Amino acid sequence: MILVYADHDRGELDPLALQVVSAARGLDADVHALIVGPNAEKCVDDLASAGVRTVHHGTNAAIDDYTPRANANAVITVMDRLEPRAVLAAGTPRGSEVLAHVASIKDLPLVTECSEIALTGSGTAEVTRARWGGNLLERSEVSADVLLATVQAHAFAVSEDAGDAQVEAFEVPVTDADLEVSIVERTGAAETGVGLAEAKVVISGGRGMDGPEAFGMLEELADILGGAVGCSRVVTAAGWRPHAEQVGQTGTKVAPDLYIAFGISGATQHIAGCKSAKTLIAVNTDGQAPIMTHADYAVVDNLHTLLPVLIEKARAAQGA
Amino acid sequence: MDICVCIKRYPSLGSAIMLTDDGMAIDTDKLGFTLSPHEECAVEAAVQLKEEHGGTVTLISMGPEGVEEQIREQFAIGADRAIWIRSDSTDIDPQAAAKAIGDAIEADETAFDLILLGSESADNANAQTGVRLAHRLGRPVATAIKGMTIADGVATCERAVGTMREVYRVRLPAVVTVKDGLNIPRYPSVPGRIKARKKPIDEVTGDLDAPSIQLMGLTAPIRESKGAQDLGAGDEAADALVDVMKQIGVLS
Amino acid sequence: MAEELQAPSEAKCVVIGAGIVGNSIVWHLARLGWTDIVQVDKGPLPNPGGSTGHASNFIFPTDHSKEITQLTLESMRQYKEMGVFTECGGIEVARTEERMQELHRRMQSATSFDIDGTAMLSPAECKEKVPYIDDEVILGGFWTPSVGVVDSLRAGTIMREKAQEMNALTSLPNTEVMDIEVTDGHVSAVVTDRGTINTEYVVIACGCWSPRIAEMAGAAIPLTPAVHQMKDIGPVPFFADAKGDIEWPIIRDMDTFMYERQHGTGLEIGSYAHRAILYEAGEIPSIEQAALSPTEMPFTQEDFDLQDEHAMELMPDIVGDETVGEKYACNGLLSLTPDGAPILGETPEVKGLWSAAAVWIKEGPGVGKSIAEWMVLGESEIDLHGADISRFYEHHKTRQHITARTGEGFIKTYGIIHPGEQWTSNRDVRLSPYYEQEKALGGVFYEAVGWERPFWYESNAPLVEKFGDAVMPRTAEWDARWWSPIINAEHLQMRETAGMIDLTPFAIFDIVGPGALNVVQTCAVRQMDVAIGKVIYTPVLTPRGGFRSDLTIMRLGANHFRVVTGGAHGMSDRKWFADHLPADGTAQLQDLTSSMTTLGVWGPNARAIVQSLTTADMSHEGFPFGSCRVIEMGSLRVLASRISYVGELGWELYLPMEQGAKLWDMVFQAGQSHGLIPVGVGVYGTGGRLEKGYRAYGAELDAEYNIVEAGMALKKVKDADFVGKEAFLQQREEEPVALMCTLSVTDHHSASGEKRYMLGMEPILTTDGAPIADKHGRRSFVTSAGSAPSLGKHLLMAYLPPEHAVEGTELLVEYLGERYPVVVDRVGATPLFDPTNERILS
Repeated sequence: MILVYADHDRGELDPLALQVVSAARGLDADVHALIVGPNAEKCVDDLASAGVRTVHHGTNAAIDDYTPRANANAVITVMDRLEPRAVLAAGTPRGSEVLAHVASIKDLPLVTECSEIALTGSGTAEVTRARWGGNLLERSEVSADVLLATVQAHAFAVSEDAGDAQVEAFEVPVTDADLEVSIVERTGAAETGVGLAEAKVVISGGRGMDGPEAFGMLEELADILGGAVGCSRVVTAAGWRPHAEQVGQTGTKVAPDLYIAFGISGATQHIAGCKSAKTLIAVNTDGQAPIMTHADYAVVDNLHTLLPVLIEKARAAQGA
Repeated sequence: MDICVCIKRYPSLGSAIMLTDDGMAIDTDKLGFTLSPHEECAVEAAVQLKEEHGGTVTLISMGPEGVEEQIREQFAIGADRAIWIRSDSTDIDPQAAAKAIGDAIEADETAFDLILLGSESADNANAQTGVRLAHRLGRPVATAIKGMTIADGVATCERAVGTMREVYRVRLPAVVTVKDGLNIPRYPSVPGRIKARKKPIDEVTGDLDAPSIQLMGLTAPIRESKGAQDLGAGDEAADALVDVMKQIGVLS
Repeated sequence: MAEELQAPSEAKCVVIGAGIVGNSIVWHLARLGWTDIVQVDKGPLPNPGGSTGHASNFIFPTDHSKEITQLTLESMRQYKEMGVFTECGGIEVARTEERMQELHRRMQSATSFDIDGTAMLSPAECKEKVPYIDDEVILGGFWTPSVGVVDSLRAGTIMREKAQEMNALTSLPNTEVMDIEVTDGHVSAVVTDRGTINTEYVVIACGCWSPRIAEMAGAAIPLTPAVHQMKDIGPVPFFADAKGDIEWPIIRDMDTFMYERQHGTGLEIGSYAHRAILYEAGEIPSIEQAALSPTEMPFTQEDFDLQDEHAMELMPDIVGDETVGEKYACNGLLSLTPDGAPILGETPEVKGLWSAAAVWIKEGPGVGKSIAEWMVLGESEIDLHGADISRFYEHHKTRQHITARTGEGFIKTYGIIHPGEQWTSNRDVRLSPYYEQEKALGGVFYEAVGWERPFWYESNAPLVEKFGDAVMPRTAEWDARWWSPIINAEHLQMRETAGMIDLTPFAIFDIVGPGALNVVQTCAVRQMDVAIGKVIYTPVLTPRGGFRSDLTIMRLGANHFRVVTGGAHGMSDRKWFADHLPADGTAQLQDLTSSMTTLGVWGPNARAIVQSLTTADMSHEGFPFGSCRVIEMGSLRVLASRISYVGELGWELYLPMEQGAKLWDMVFQAGQSHGLIPVGVGVYGTGGRLEKGYRAYGAELDAEYNIVEAGMALKKVKDADFVGKEAFLQQREEEPVALMCTLSVTDHHSASGEKRYMLGMEPILTTDGAPIADKHGRRSFVTSAGSAPSLGKHLLMAYLPPEHAVEGTELLVEYLGERYPVVVDRVGATPLFDPTNERILS
């Protein structure tokens, strides 16, 4: 049996959870999911449609929102009772956090960001996981009775398997200490405009922007296309743009339909954040910049002269 | 307030990664070394807190000789002292690393109010050392934090989720793992550099457990050039770009 | 990119490298009429990732080398013409008295080489120009108003594009050179990853990658990549309003081997002070591997710790500001050579393969022009003999030598280098057969192209007392550094009795075969179709009639000539002669440098000594001046040649290297009863020749001066054709605009009352202190200086325009900030000592 920790936010299932289910089903047909807290039952149907036939729902009157250690306790309760061969979660901050607590409490290894998982024997598994934001792949062997792993986003496609799931509710044991850290509040959209991570179009600028001024043109273009403005790490380090706009390994990872990189050379740190774009256009004076090997279309030109023309033409096309 | 920041030495990569002949590590022969942006932000946050609340900033790093370079770099930013856990490599199993760091923190005479780490390492991205360390020390932990204020012995921490921020409150003493974007790290100044040379580094020997994750090999995914289509330059390029936007459907 | 560039299959010339040097070369080749030039670089344009891309780009024109200064001035001219030069001025500041003296010496060189407006500044005056320095830590400064900053990348692009507009150039960026093909000793093709280019010429302008590229063709470019550290700090509040890239004068803090320059709102701090960090060409990362660029290596802070403090001392308000952060730092790669000079010219190993390496931004366009002229016209306007790639001997090309000398030389970038300064590393590489005997006699060894030979002998120290004040003792430390009064004592003793001098460093090569006479006739100005057994001293000219060399040639047989030349220039001369060998193979060159040694014996008693060792007739009649023949000396067969460079009767004795020690002992023994002493090169190279007015190649003689100006023209010009003849004939028709003169110092006393002795390169001034220039704009300066103990004078040689080249004319020489009266003792070549050559010819 494989247990999937399925995260949700106030009843809204993390879409990556279904990819995790898919990864789990590759290991064993018998996949259980675990959901914790109030409103979690809203997720059951989605999990069932992806092939989960048993959903464990942990609750406790003291748990009213995401509470990392309580969620870990829930995982451990199910683990102890059903002895799954593996526990998987999405490679999100929450998924990693919950499994890290589990791993700490149970003194088990945890492998993160896996793109391939194989159970090779009793107590051993082989995984392929991402290092350096996916610029390097690691193959490792893990020795543990229960494999704890997080799954890299988009490494496994969701597979439909319609059916019903049986829900088994249980009380999550918690102490005061377990409840100490939890979400106490949510603050509104810290970043304005279209969210970078979800944007269908990302217009990004790098060192070649030569300063904060030219970003006005990127905003204009993003407005026309209904997209968001991004940037490289050089730009945020220089203080030209807020960090929230940084695309890259330590910034936001984006997967838009169109990504346009203006004056970005394409360091590994940046590529890690934009390589999932469906179409990548690079505009650079250097026709051989590393970004070009990732690009679908290239414009070798000075962005400062190109942008005004492009904006005008895009606006005209939009108006037409 | 006494703050401890865990930092790690990483090679500074170009656009291609070269591996050693056995494929078990990055060939760092021609590379320089640096910290990850997460950790730079952690040190910056610690120094800002020290400037605001007083206290000390202690660095902890694990690895061979070279880690002193990154320690001195952060001394120049404003950290005061360091604990160097000597080990053969910086590539350490997270279970073993958390235990060794926990041992060093417990053994140290400073009772740290706050222990900061990067949310995950730039190289291995195990994303768990901070949580393991918190359990080892019996302290609360908040992870992947992009905003933090401290008042009345409580750290108010924000985690960015999409365009929203989740707020956690963590009572000190605590462990917090932070993400790039928490602040804009300052550059070291020359006087900072000069002071950095005299700041103390206490060397301790780490007792590292055998790893339960065994590395079998590394591969750099072969980057086939997509063979970018050249759209020319100037007006011609602008027209071509508009056409592409129309094709994709982002422009009507 | 989608469209793949394809290399053309044929080219006149392939230039490898698109840095400042490669770009300058393609433009100047095109300007001089070449077409079908192909430029290849493995990096992208306009910044392929070499040293040009991270260079600090500032130019201080003054250098103690005339050649380097001229290349720099020419480069500045071109940068200005292209509109990429911003003048900002620069101050070299001194923290020590010794450096103050060095700055005065730089003033000298600036005047000698025509750099205008320079001045010595007080600390307060320095601060007035650069208010953010602490004038308490300095003693003064050397101000050069013409210092400026260039945009070397832009300059490269402009030049490349000009060549492209002329349809003379195809540039191939991102193209890797895989191999260079050589056919029959001549370069024939460059193999790239975009195809093979057949070509007549290849120029290697690849900076620190050059050795690796040259190796592909089997040639050596002995340089090593080395690190120069720099960091950028900012934003500096003081520069907040800075509009331009450079608005404040650049400071060179000479004693700490550092520079500081404002750069927009930041300050760049650079250093040449750390330990020499050397790399092998193969250790440089590829473009993909490098975090920044291949030549911007990771910064090593520990090497910069002291520099941080020094920078803070000089500029406390800026560098000491805690809010000013370090935004960028790198260990920038540059190229170092074992002797510090660039490496230019056609490689001696492969015809058609040219090197243009180890060139700084300040010399780039000047080098480009000079190399192009050399390739297209056969010689460059600026004499490049100091940078000629053919100067290297085999040991110079070894990794050990390069590493040792560049390691030692790195610190000399901003160092105070005495003109007599000796290298300390990698010595004892070439030992003469007399070495043990010389050591036993207390020889103080100086190096000549690897050879160790005594500059003087401590065993002669008692002679100093004997000659007393006639040895012209020097009390000033600088004047006396790398010098000894024993040299002058040896000189006086040799003129009294006799001296034996080790001449092993001579480069010796034979030209043999039916075509040999034609070869030497072509190269030499003097008549070489002479009787067998004649020795001829002859200038060798460039096509335009400047000096290419001066040397002696012995005719040993109808088809056999022996060329003997100074070691320093020997390899270059060998290449010159080799280049003039006939294609049909009727003459060959055989290098005997390492198989023959030479011992000189000169002085009034030289004949008695040599005669006592041989039954051959050594009398004036039996062995006239200017003749040579093989004589038996005991069991040795020795080629004796009766010439002299010291103005005394005597012979050069040539024999196999392994028999040298035997000859030394025989001569030394035989000489004892004749007062013979061993004499060092201090006498041979300076006092001996100066008293006789003998000119030296590289000092008085270079490609910018001609035989007439040097006062060396004979009445007749031979009928046979020779290189430079046409120009020479014309020079004879024209009034010379400068004449070689010998001057002497009439009062040596400085303001403090100490007697001072010039060492060379000092400017000659009119009595009212104005610099002197001839009609071609060439400044008058001291080409050689030294004691003339037999005359009791300190002699200076200098070219003077005709109005000053009048015997008895009073002038001034500037030396270390003071002026001394001099008088023109001689115009032309007639010796001051023994003007009728009685001593030599008797």
